[in-house]
Amino acid sequence: MLVAMSGGVDSSVAAAMLHEQGVETVGVWMRLHDAADTYSEFKKSCCSLDAAEDARRVAGQLGIPFYILNLEREFGAGVLRPFLDAYQSGETPSPCVDCNSTVKFGALAGRARRLYDCQAVATGHYARVDAVDDPEARDGRRFRLLRGRDADKDQSYFLYGLRQDQLAHSRFPLGELTKSEVRDVARRHGLVTAEKPESQEICFVPGGDYREALRERGGWRPTSGPLLDADGRQVGEHAGAAAYTVGQRQGLGVALGEPRYVARIDAAANVIQLGRREDLARNVFAMRDVSFTAGRPPSGDAFECEIRIRHRAGPVPARVERLTADVPGMRGTWQVQTRETVWAPAPGQAAVCYDGDEVLGGGRIATEAPRARRPATGA
Amino acid sequence: MTIYLDHAATTPMRPEVLEAMLPLLTVDFGNPSSAHGPGRRARMALDEAHEMTAAALHAEPREIVFTAGGTEAANLAIKGAAWAGKAEGHRILTSAVEHDATLNALQHLEKFGFEVVVLPVDRYGRLDPGALDGALDERTILVALQVANNEVGTVQPLRELVDTVRRVRGRKALVYVDAVQAAPYVDLDVRVLDADLVAVGAHKFEGPKGMGALWIRGGTAIMAQTHGGGQERYRRAGTENVAGAVGLATAYRLTSLERPDTVARLRRLRERLRSALATDPGVEFTGHPTDRLPGHLSLLVRGVEGAAIVVALDLEGIATSAGAACTTGSPDVTHDLAAMGYPDEESRGALRLSQGRTTTAGEIDQAVEVVPPVIARLRDGSSALAADPLGQEVGV
Repeated sequence: MLVAMSGGVDSSVAAAMLHEQGVETVGVWMRLHDAADTYSEFKKSCCSLDAAEDARRVAGQLGIPFYILNLEREFGAGVLRPFLDAYQSGETPSPCVDCNSTVKFGALAGRARRLYDCQAVATGHYARVDAVDDPEARDGRRFRLLRGRDADKDQSYFLYGLRQDQLAHSRFPLGELTKSEVRDVARRHGLVTAEKPESQEICFVPGGDYREALRERGGWRPTSGPLLDADGRQVGEHAGAAAYTVGQRQGLGVALGEPRYVARIDAAANVIQLGRREDLARNVFAMRDVSFTAGRPPSGDAFECEIRIRHRAGPVPARVERLTADVPGMRGTWQVQTRETVWAPAPGQAAVCYDGDEVLGGGRIATEAPRARRPATGA
Repeated sequence: MTIYLDHAATTPMRPEVLEAMLPLLTVDFGNPSSAHGPGRRARMALDEAHEMTAAALHAEPREIVFTAGGTEAANLAIKGAAWAGKAEGHRILTSAVEHDATLNALQHLEKFGFEVVVLPVDRYGRLDPGALDGALDERTILVALQVANNEVGTVQPLRELVDTVRRVRGRKALVYVDAVQAAPYVDLDVRVLDADLVAVGAHKFEGPKGMGALWIRGGTAIMAQTHGGGQERYRRAGTENVAGAVGLATAYRLTSLERPDTVARLRRLRERLRSALATDPGVEFTGHPTDRLPGHLSLLVRGVEGAAIVVALDLEGIATSAGAACTTGSPDVTHDLAAMGYPDEESRGALRLSQGRTTTAGEIDQAVEVVPPVIARLRDGSSALAADPLGQEVGV
């Protein structure tokens, strides 16, 4: 079993639990981007290499083999490129979803099986996988992706893209634990990461400002453009469309009495449209590139579920209907009709369908078709 | 038990060395600069370490400066010679396949106005004496060259290279010789070598880590790089690592005595491993076919990452290296193979199997059984991965 160790407490404990269960465990730390280690005389301490050292230290404490694997190219193709493309086309990316589908349970799982004779990849995600009888599934068994037992920490949202073959080779040892139980296990083993604080930022954006990554990695050159109010009137200038996210309120540089939010980003026209809070409420949106953990939709071309439009958002009952069929190279688009209003579904972000604890699948929120309303002339 | 085929990275310390060191860490713990009995006993051990090391190098005891490793010896030699010679000129020559200890010390000097010329090498990693000749001018104060390369094992035509320096610049340019990788296998007679500075590191020849020595030809001006007390004749301040010095001296003496036997035996073992791998058409051996360190086998495996082979072999209990042991997880291919003209894609398949004095024929028998099938398995796996790098086309 290969354990992806990030240097944080969660994956440390995942490794510890497997090792304790007698599973032959190999720890790896993935080098995914270059936020580290070219030769320089004036070296600052480096967060990325510190993380690798913590992972190595924990593996040493457990007495398991540990390797640093370089997956920069795979991360670039599977995560970074889509991340940069999304912002540049006016969307809000979900890099962690891509990383799980293409890197951890894609490239890494491939290496585990094809190069190192490891049958599965384990991570420190708070999620569960089980297998149920299903006469329609291949071999009569279907793997289900379930929410982690700790509702606060549940990370199943980020894993919706996993297929049956990926779930079959995934292990989530923390699925039944709460965060505080995880820390207890870490303390019991005396792991150096036991008290390490949570990391919140995107791993390849160390400073927390993704615009920096857009400039440095994506060659983004901000071009200012018109900032339109809900009625199409120009009320200001924006600092480059890619610097904004749907639902954003801060940093717009306009004062119009009532609060304004980014309602729509048209990257091609370099136009950002604002709206009042109520203008961003939706009952219907489309999601594209939809996949199902079971490999097929729960029932035909329409089903009921609960949907989450962001990691922390509460699930909302919804009816989901197919709009377009899957074609080779592009999965279909489905329409989501929510029973309650959702606020500011951001194009590019994951929308994930649940049935209770089970993750049915999901897709990316599609960009809305431009509204018919044109900017008023002479505004 | 691990089969250890990474002696180019480091070697196990031999028991005789540990035995020689132990009393200096416990009973004879004195400071060699102290006037009392314990101090005198430590001083005597240190003096003997100078003598023993000097004898093995055919040098004088006072020409030996003990350092905390080969890298420190390289830094003292290069920076010390550069600063001491600055009034005469500022040009320094070196080759593209030197160790980072040399190249990065020189890169540091460039910031202070020294001109560093990195000379190209051939496909085997050898520097052409003609190219050196062409680069030497009246401003050249230092030439820094290795005896043998750590990654591919090629031994430089050092005789011709040093002769070239002497013919063009006489003794006006100093010659620093990095013998760290070669010391266990190449007899270093510093008088015959005609160099001015020679560095060795103890852990490459079964001595302790963190211990090195620099030979400085008598009368050579060197600017100290560590300042403090007057130890090592003002060339390296700091209370001496007496046990380490005794460890280095003991290890080097034994290594020198056994060298002819070791070299002959390791050459045979290497050739056995080499023929076992040569049957794989996807394997290309790197470095010079004959002018090379005896136990050192370096190769490129086409279609497989060297780093992946190292992991797979480690899981099988065989310790190897994907090139130098100095960088972890870095995607950059080694500068040595690039300098030898290998494109990055090929260099990613670099693998180094380095045997040492303690390597047994039985271990090579086992390696011959294990390594080729592991490489074959990884090649199959790697081509499947290359077709689907992100694991997206696996049948559901």
